[in-house]
Amino acid sequence: MAEFKEISPDASAGEKLLNWVDNRFPASKLYKEHLSEYYAPKNFNFWYFFGSLALLVLVIQIVTGIFLVMHYKPDAALAFGSVEYIMRDVPWGWLIRYMHSTGASAFFVVVYLHMYRGLIYGSYRKPRELVWVFGCAIFLCLMAEAFMGYLLPWGQMSYWGAQVIVNLFAAVPFVGPDLALLIRGDYVVGDATLNRFFSFHVIAVPLVLLGLVVAHIIALHEVGSNNPDGVEIKGPNAPKDANGHPLDGIPFHPYYTVHDILGVSGFLLVFSAVIFFAPEFGGYFLEYNNFIPADPLKTPLHIAPVWYFTPFYSMLRAITSEMMYALIACVLAGAYFGATRPSLPKVVKGGIVGAAVLVSLLMLSIDAKFWGVVAMGGAVVILFFLPWLDNCEVKSIRYRPDWHKYMYGVFVVNFIALAYLGVQPPSAIGERVSQVGTLFYFGFFLLMPMWSRIGATKTVPDRVTFTPH
Amino acid sequence: MKKIILSLALALGLVAGANASGDTIAWDQAPNKTNDLAALQNGAKIFVNHCLNCHSAAYMRFNRLKDIGLTEQQIKDNLLFTTDKVGDTMKANIDPKQAKEWFGATPPDLTVIARSRAGHGGTGADYLYTYMRTFYRDETKATGWNNLVFPNVGMPHVLWEMQGVRRPIFETHEEHGHHVQTFKGWDQVTPGKVSPLEYDQAMGDLVGYLQWMGEPAQNTRVRIGVWVLLFLVGFMVIAWRLNASFWKDIK
Repeated sequence: MAEFKEISPDASAGEKLLNWVDNRFPASKLYKEHLSEYYAPKNFNFWYFFGSLALLVLVIQIVTGIFLVMHYKPDAALAFGSVEYIMRDVPWGWLIRYMHSTGASAFFVVVYLHMYRGLIYGSYRKPRELVWVFGCAIFLCLMAEAFMGYLLPWGQMSYWGAQVIVNLFAAVPFVGPDLALLIRGDYVVGDATLNRFFSFHVIAVPLVLLGLVVAHIIALHEVGSNNPDGVEIKGPNAPKDANGHPLDGIPFHPYYTVHDILGVSGFLLVFSAVIFFAPEFGGYFLEYNNFIPADPLKTPLHIAPVWYFTPFYSMLRAITSEMMYALIACVLAGAYFGATRPSLPKVVKGGIVGAAVLVSLLMLSIDAKFWGVVAMGGAVVILFFLPWLDNCEVKSIRYRPDWHKYMYGVFVVNFIALAYLGVQPPSAIGERVSQVGTLFYFGFFLLMPMWSRIGATKTVPDRVTFTPH
Repeated sequence: MKKIILSLALALGLVAGANASGDTIAWDQAPNKTNDLAALQNGAKIFVNHCLNCHSAAYMRFNRLKDIGLTEQQIKDNLLFTTDKVGDTMKANIDPKQAKEWFGATPPDLTVIARSRAGHGGTGADYLYTYMRTFYRDETKATGWNNLVFPNVGMPHVLWEMQGVRRPIFETHEEHGHHVQTFKGWDQVTPGKVSPLEYDQAMGDLVGYLQWMGEPAQNTRVRIGVWVLLFLVGFMVIAWRLNASFWKDIK
């Protein structure tokens, strides 16, 4: 137990109260550790807005969600009408609903940018592996949250989107159909599905999400923030002042709180512009078909997921039975590469070859649809392993070999191209492009241990680069 | 008889799905009348007198029409049936089961029709504006009517007396070795009660009303949005200066 602190009887009432609390709860200690004495590098650029913005959007989603639940009815017969009731008869209901629907898209915008920041500045590298892993888990939860939330308005796209995605689970060998049944709670998406998705969306997933956000921030504050230079400001050799505080660090509060408020004002400007002037955002944030109540008897011609899922949806569609041959070739090529490396013991080599043959046989015998699901899931899961895939000597893109910059550039273009193709109806050329894109996406990560070593890195400075404003 | 209805229903079900795929004429641009109270009131009148016989607007309350400048008394006197209350939602007069038997499908609810029909061709209002103006006589159909943007539509031309009977003129020409039919214009078979211009205006009013009904708060939303953005610009300036004054210490 911490020492019990006495305070002078002349102290003000406020100080006395704080002292009373501090003797029982670490209020001042937490405030200092996480705000006033949490030292962050002073060279953050605009990329560093997106972490705090993600937190802001989370709060917006929770608060607007609480009000929506007061009027929404999770019942297949009433859900669509209750959303329109919110839009029309609930005072300011339209604003709350648009904030929530736009917030979902905004969440993915800021999270994608936040993750990209981590990618280019090497924020996932030692000792920040767990910060990254928790972050990836948050992303996974966010996808589950968004998917289940999208069913709730019970429009045509809600219904058929859920139908298509849940049916994918049926492709899992042996347990697939039972698994899909377990998720739906019925043989088709129906009232039971709506009820359980509602339950998951409003309580189960948000609880996990909040826990992970806390873990993400605690892990971050334990190891300290990275920065655009990838220089460790709190390392044993980093310059420090007389009090042991890093010279390149500044207290989070007030410097970054006031800085983030500036970021918030910019974000709210864009966010509000969408809410008030283009809440449907041309059919991307609210799909037009979703203004038609769900009809289990009428399948829409073109079922597209919401924009933030489309890169992964593209990869799912790219895995055709034809594509399987290309993938088998990749597996065998990988096995050949592993088996011909002189450094590995014979047993391991044998294992590699055996595993490759087994996987190839499975790939030939199980339906391509299942492997599409594996690719879609794998595209997210592979992110978790990033800290152990990157072998570059330096963290930040600033000091990596120039050709790495082009690599990241192509990665971004590829990801956007996949997203675009996921929105479009299937086409022969689109399929080919998405197959190449899928191979590149996985190649980027799986071959990273090799390619990240190639090229001459630049010298990383001892101090962060900073020009006073 | 039952067989005919069944096959009709089947055809309609299939066609209703196929409709979205395009292959029809380009949509005309609807005039934006959601701020024109007189037009909206006229549109509401047409809607209640004609559309509401078969279609519902089950999420729209009659007294919401106060937003377009009508008083409760005016709504009661002119737009309500005697059994309705002013706080009720707009329900069709027709029995949905009967409607399905007659038209092959239940006439869709029209509350948010202007939002759901948007697509690559334009806004939902553009679609509806084109749809309401491209009905034509087609004896091969059960109702005797067909439509250019919604081929094999189940709905007859309800306003045919107003518009008169028309037939589209198609021109066949060759394109890449295929015979392609392009729409060239209209042939007025019998004159309507109003001139084509007046009919277009009336449809503009009706579509304006449908567009407004799809989201009654839409103009409030834009009006408030302007103030919100102005506030945020001011807020941003303050945040920017506040940030600068704190950060001037950081060397």
